Amino acid sequence: MTKITLGKGINAGLRAAMEADPKVVVMGEDIGKLGGVFRVTEGLQKDFGEDRVIDTPLAESGIIGTAVGLALRGYRPVCEIQFDGFVFPAYDQIISQVAKMHYRSMGRIKMPVVIRIPYGGGIGAVEHHSESPETLFAHVPGLKVVSCGDPVDAYWMIQQAIASDDPVIFFEPKRRYHEKAELDESVPPALPLHQAKVVRSGTDATLFCYGPMVKTCVQAAEAAAEDGRQLEVVDLRTISPLDLATIFASVRKTRRAVVVHEAPYTLGPGSEIAARVTEECFYHLEAPVLRVTGYDTPYPPSRMEEEYLPDLDRVLDGVDRVMEY
Amino acid sequence: MSESMPGSAPEVFAPHEAPVSPPQASEEVEFVQLLTPEGERVEHPDYSFDLDDEAIKGFYRDMTLVRRIDTEATALQRQGELGLWASLLGQEAAQVGSARSLNSKDMVFPTYREHGVAWCQGVDPLRLLGLFRGVDQGGWDPKDNNFHLYTIVIGAQTLHATGYAMGQQRDHAIGDAENGECTIAYFGDGASSQGDVNEAFIWASVFNAPVVFFCQNNQWAISEPIDRQTRIPLYQRAAGFGFPGIRVDGNDVLATYAVTQQATKRAREGSGPTLVEAYTYRMGAHTTSDDPTKYRLSEDLEHWKLKDPIQRVRAYLTRSAGVDQDFFGEVDAEADKIAAELRAGCLSLPNPELTDFFQHVYVEETPQLAEQREQFAAYAASFEGEG
Repeated sequence: MTKITLGKGINAGLRAAMEADPKVVVMGEDIGKLGGVFRVTEGLQKDFGEDRVIDTPLAESGIIGTAVGLALRGYRPVCEIQFDGFVFPAYDQIISQVAKMHYRSMGRIKMPVVIRIPYGGGIGAVEHHSESPETLFAHVPGLKVVSCGDPVDAYWMIQQAIASDDPVIFFEPKRRYHEKAELDESVPPALPLHQAKVVRSGTDATLFCYGPMVKTCVQAAEAAAEDGRQLEVVDLRTISPLDLATIFASVRKTRRAVVVHEAPYTLGPGSEIAARVTEECFYHLEAPVLRVTGYDTPYPPSRMEEEYLPDLDRVLDGVDRVMEY
Repeated sequence: MSESMPGSAPEVFAPHEAPVSPPQASEEVEFVQLLTPEGERVEHPDYSFDLDDEAIKGFYRDMTLVRRIDTEATALQRQGELGLWASLLGQEAAQVGSARSLNSKDMVFPTYREHGVAWCQGVDPLRLLGLFRGVDQGGWDPKDNNFHLYTIVIGAQTLHATGYAMGQQRDHAIGDAENGECTIAYFGDGASSQGDVNEAFIWASVFNAPVVFFCQNNQWAISEPIDRQTRIPLYQRAAGFGFPGIRVDGNDVLATYAVTQQATKRAREGSGPTLVEAYTYRMGAHTTSDDPTKYRLSEDLEHWKLKDPIQRVRAYLTRSAGVDQDFFGEVDAEADKIAAELRAGCLSLPNPELTDFFQHVYVEETPQLAEQREQFAAYAASFEGEG
């Protein structure tokens, strides 16, 4: 057992994947000597060399476009996009090339590309450094989208994403990079990549969350417990595809659901969850599915982000509202 | 601080000034040429064509067959059998000359117009039609012929080619001009304005990737002439990225072969990328949906017909190589046969099955998609037995 942070968990997971498969290459801006702006790739270039840990020119479309070529050659590229708001120059390559290559080649070409994106707010950053664009990828057929919420998941999920023959957008909750947990590498991962995790069992309502909101929701559940409410917390882990079986099972048990994410309200992951729960669990529901999310604004200046982001009080407010029915 | 004197005019182009125009059709263009439009062999100090007349006969055959395939595909579109076709008419020499310089292990990344390159790589022409008929989105396996799928998003494939070349580099497949590997990326003059192409140039340069950037400058990006894409000859852009650029007469199959061969050798031996600008002309429309009479003069086309890539080889073979008419007749007969087969093959391309469009979205299909497919199949089945 070792105590690791979420960032170190990803680092250790990358290292394990690179040791296991010489075709795994890591590429991005400042990921070599610097180890990335969040140090997630620290030490990898020293141990695996510049051919496998590639400091790229500063152009995101180029990172993804050349990763496509490397994948066609049999490599498994892991691309780092430095911040959420900088992924858009690469959007064309991701949407039109990475996501569609297996489809248009009728299954002849696989795209085992992982695109790591530190995302979300809460770190007092300047604009374009705090966004939550997961919906813009989850809406695209051909892509899979996941986010880790704790260090142990970070370690295993990055390895599972690299092992996936489908392209995976891997969202890393940057404000949780320094969260700590005990990791025992000898214990195999408890869950496959595209399965949600019940992190706290409850009976009165379910909080669905992922990434940075997992910690927030667990804290909210702890606070609610003091008031006698037993909230279930489900870390979705996988946004595309959603693990609907776990979602439906939880709703059928608690009969009330609140979806929590930093991404904007309208057409966010919460919209899809609300729709599917309504379709499949209609007669189990005691209340409509509610959403506690970021607002439909651009990410605000950091002095206002505490108001913008869902926090413990806003989550509990959502729980109060869902319990009123 | 600027050294310029107060009041002196800054050295910038005002928008109203005419740009440095690319050469007009009537002007002489500097490029590597080894066979004139009249069919005369000429020498060039840096490039020579080292194959015999048999090889030139082979080029003639290739070009004639791909033109016939192209003509047949255009006819199939006009008859409603294809939704669209992008003709290569006029670019046969650029494509055949460059493709015939490749080794079997080299990898090709085409646009959607590289029918001549596909032919040289051994791709069944019928496979090209699936995309345009709407039965698939690329019916061949890129590994079979080292020929990637057609890429329709302009310029995107130049980055794929560069990444693939970086893979060849990491596989230690370069370092030997004869036995090494390289990659060639095809694109056009319009694509040269794309960010992806410029990023590909940067990547290839800084990583010294074994890639040849083969730009067919056919003078037109749909309706936009070359001077809307550039103020300098395209090949000169390479200098700014730190690798050599060369312009070749793209209607001269011998020169295109020789120039591309040197560029591919350079890449295979590990000396990095080259930009080849094949100066040619799109003699047809952009695609069958286009109407070039709205934006260009018919006299330009007449001028370029005099530079036809196939006629000059025929003139050479007839006058200088003693090739008799039987050869040309045989090639024409072969072309007609291939065209007839292509037509018959096109008409018998199977339509996809009803639920085929659900296939291959993922390697590991999601439960949601499986559910949608089953729902659709059940919905479709509900009509069975109805008139």
